[in-house]
Amino acid sequence: MAKIGSLEELRKLKDQVRNATELREKGHDIEKLIQVKVSMATCGIASGARETLADFMRLTREKGIENVVFTQTGCMGYCHSEPTVEVTKPGEEPVVFGNVKGERVREIVEKYILKGELVADIIPSAYRTINE
Amino acid sequence: MADVKMHILVCGGTGCMSSQSDKIVDSFHRCLKEQGLEEEVKVLTTGCFGFCEQGPIVKVAPDNTFYVKVTPEDAEEIVAEHVIKGRKVERLLFVDPETAEHVADSKHMEFYKKQMRVALRNCGFIDPENLGEYVARDGYLALAQVLESMTPQEVVDTVKKSGLRGRGGGGFPTGLKWEFASKYQDDQKYVICNADEGDPGAFMDRSILEGDPHSVVEAMAICGYAIGASKGMVYIRAEYPLAVSRLRKAIEDAREAGLLGDNILGSGFSFDIELRYGAGAFVCGEETALIRSLEGERGEPTSKPPFPAEKGFWGKPSNVNNVETFANIPVIFLKGADWFASIGTEKSKGTKVFALAGKVNNVGLVEVPMGTTLREVVFDIGGGIRGGKKFKAVQTGGPSGGCLTEKHLDTPIDFDNLIAAGSMMGSGGMIVLDEDNCMPSVAKFYLGFTVEESCGKCTPCRVGNKRMYELLDKITSGRGTEADLKLLRDLAATIKDTSLCGLGQTAPNPVLSTLDNFRDEYEAHVKERRCPSGSCKKLISFEILADKCKGCTLCARVCPAGAISGKVREPHVIDPEKCVKCGACKDACKFGAIIKK
Repeated sequence: MAKIGSLEELRKLKDQVRNATELREKGHDIEKLIQVKVSMATCGIASGARETLADFMRLTREKGIENVVFTQTGCMGYCHSEPTVEVTKPGEEPVVFGNVKGERVREIVEKYILKGELVADIIPSAYRTINE
Repeated sequence: MADVKMHILVCGGTGCMSSQSDKIVDSFHRCLKEQGLEEEVKVLTTGCFGFCEQGPIVKVAPDNTFYVKVTPEDAEEIVAEHVIKGRKVERLLFVDPETAEHVADSKHMEFYKKQMRVALRNCGFIDPENLGEYVARDGYLALAQVLESMTPQEVVDTVKKSGLRGRGGGGFPTGLKWEFASKYQDDQKYVICNADEGDPGAFMDRSILEGDPHSVVEAMAICGYAIGASKGMVYIRAEYPLAVSRLRKAIEDAREAGLLGDNILGSGFSFDIELRYGAGAFVCGEETALIRSLEGERGEPTSKPPFPAEKGFWGKPSNVNNVETFANIPVIFLKGADWFASIGTEKSKGTKVFALAGKVNNVGLVEVPMGTTLREVVFDIGGGIRGGKKFKAVQTGGPSGGCLTEKHLDTPIDFDNLIAAGSMMGSGGMIVLDEDNCMPSVAKFYLGFTVEESCGKCTPCRVGNKRMYELLDKITSGRGTEADLKLLRDLAATIKDTSLCGLGQTAPNPVLSTLDNFRDEYEAHVKERRCPSGSCKKLISFEILADKCKGCTLCARVCPAGAISGKVREPHVIDPEKCVKCGACKDACKFGAIIKK
């Protein structure tokens, strides 16, 4: 590691390495963050869920959105609309989006995550999970 | 490079390491590589998570899944199910013993709910061998701020204001100690870290050094600035190889980054740290004995005054603090003395780490705010007594401490309350005893330890403790008299009053506290020649009830001493001369025909 010469340089270094532990920090207070769950069963992966997740991560980083955390989940059951993504804002009901890839990712990030506007092709969900 | 989506944290503390956690890490690396995921998923070796009972522990972030008792073979399933498909591996989740439900997240475990991690803030969270991860968690920021904007006196005042007291056992106010050392002028002064954790059953210092070594390095530098010392020494047990290697790496990395060495962060302040290895002598936890040992002499204490603050290492002003004490220092500067002082009780501030061991369900390392009750620690965090047995006592303070009983369960734990209850905080060993433990034998165990560890310099400790040990041996083997109980007390008082150092002065404590709290057990031993808990072998015997014995011969077959005889389908008998009182026959008997008396 290069020499750290001052408080200023230490702060700069901290900004560079911050993302090293960020993922774990987020895990501590996951319910206070926007959770994006990407369905990653075989069918999801086959229809491009992995690329979708990568796009989400890249876009939110580009836009400087920090209060968002990405997790993967198993089959949500909406095989007709894979890849499916569930977005849960703190204190709000989860919203499930279907057919999320390519431009749809940008749309969800810009409209729903940033502005709270709903976009087309939402899958109505009425299920409950054991976590609730 | 692909974005990292997941972190897999594998506990690399000594406990989990001994259960092959290093192989788990290898196994994860291999499985991830096979799946082409090595760039997306980061595998880290961290320090201790504290829940040693359930180790090896693997935690997955960001969804905070907490896997317990993981084997190297399980890595494949975790990668295939959790990493790739997002399905938690249910069979590896912790099962709540009360509700019998799987708990996925450590936040919802009773073991963690009442804990507050200050000294252990980074243990089980960062990779201890990576300086960058420590910096990401505000590491060295306290040092940098101190050097930039505070005078040494302000540093001392901050520590004083925080109310931090020494975590090694004595509970002396740390700020005051720093102030003493800062007042003496000399061409060279020393900051000494006592990492010679000697209490049987205590492992918090080791875990801090293994899990967050940089916090100790940073704190020592802050202390050096405060008292005007440019050299630091860590006196660490050679028996802690993992802690030694991680600390050594931390010092090297800090030096390379300019956080140790000359002109740290351009402030003009210079400080560096050396390691010295101890052979693991209990007496070297005493600061004057530690300093003698550092100098290469025999680890024998010297009388105080002069205190190390005046004449310490090589006769120079020195400040000795314990590992856990140092680990608290950076947080005090980051979050403020007032924040720290807001935790805990009136005279004991902050948190304390305890090594919870013995007959308790959740053995492990726990950190709680001062003022937490013993009941909360043993029953809520510790999950109660193993096997549904009855709680008898908690031994705290190791060989210098005493036993706390049922009546102390609701006492808030802090330095002063424990002393008032006849025990002490010590370094934080907490050994839970149940109905099967014989208290005179427990006292004998601790005394055996101090007899072994006494350096032999002063007579009360060298001879007095030996005599006490012999008396306890006499009592537990059924040869004791009532006069012996009085003699024990007299000896204890003399040893306490006349020993040279802390080791001797506190050695009688386990005897006195068990005599005070369990007088009836001692009396049963000397008056009735009976051990109420049935554990003193010389005072128990096994017998076969002829009317219940079916003559199945099982007991005769399991007896290692060949002490049981009898014909098939006829009642058997135990020969008391040959019986070694191991109890194997009683455990084996299916008819409840063997009794212990």
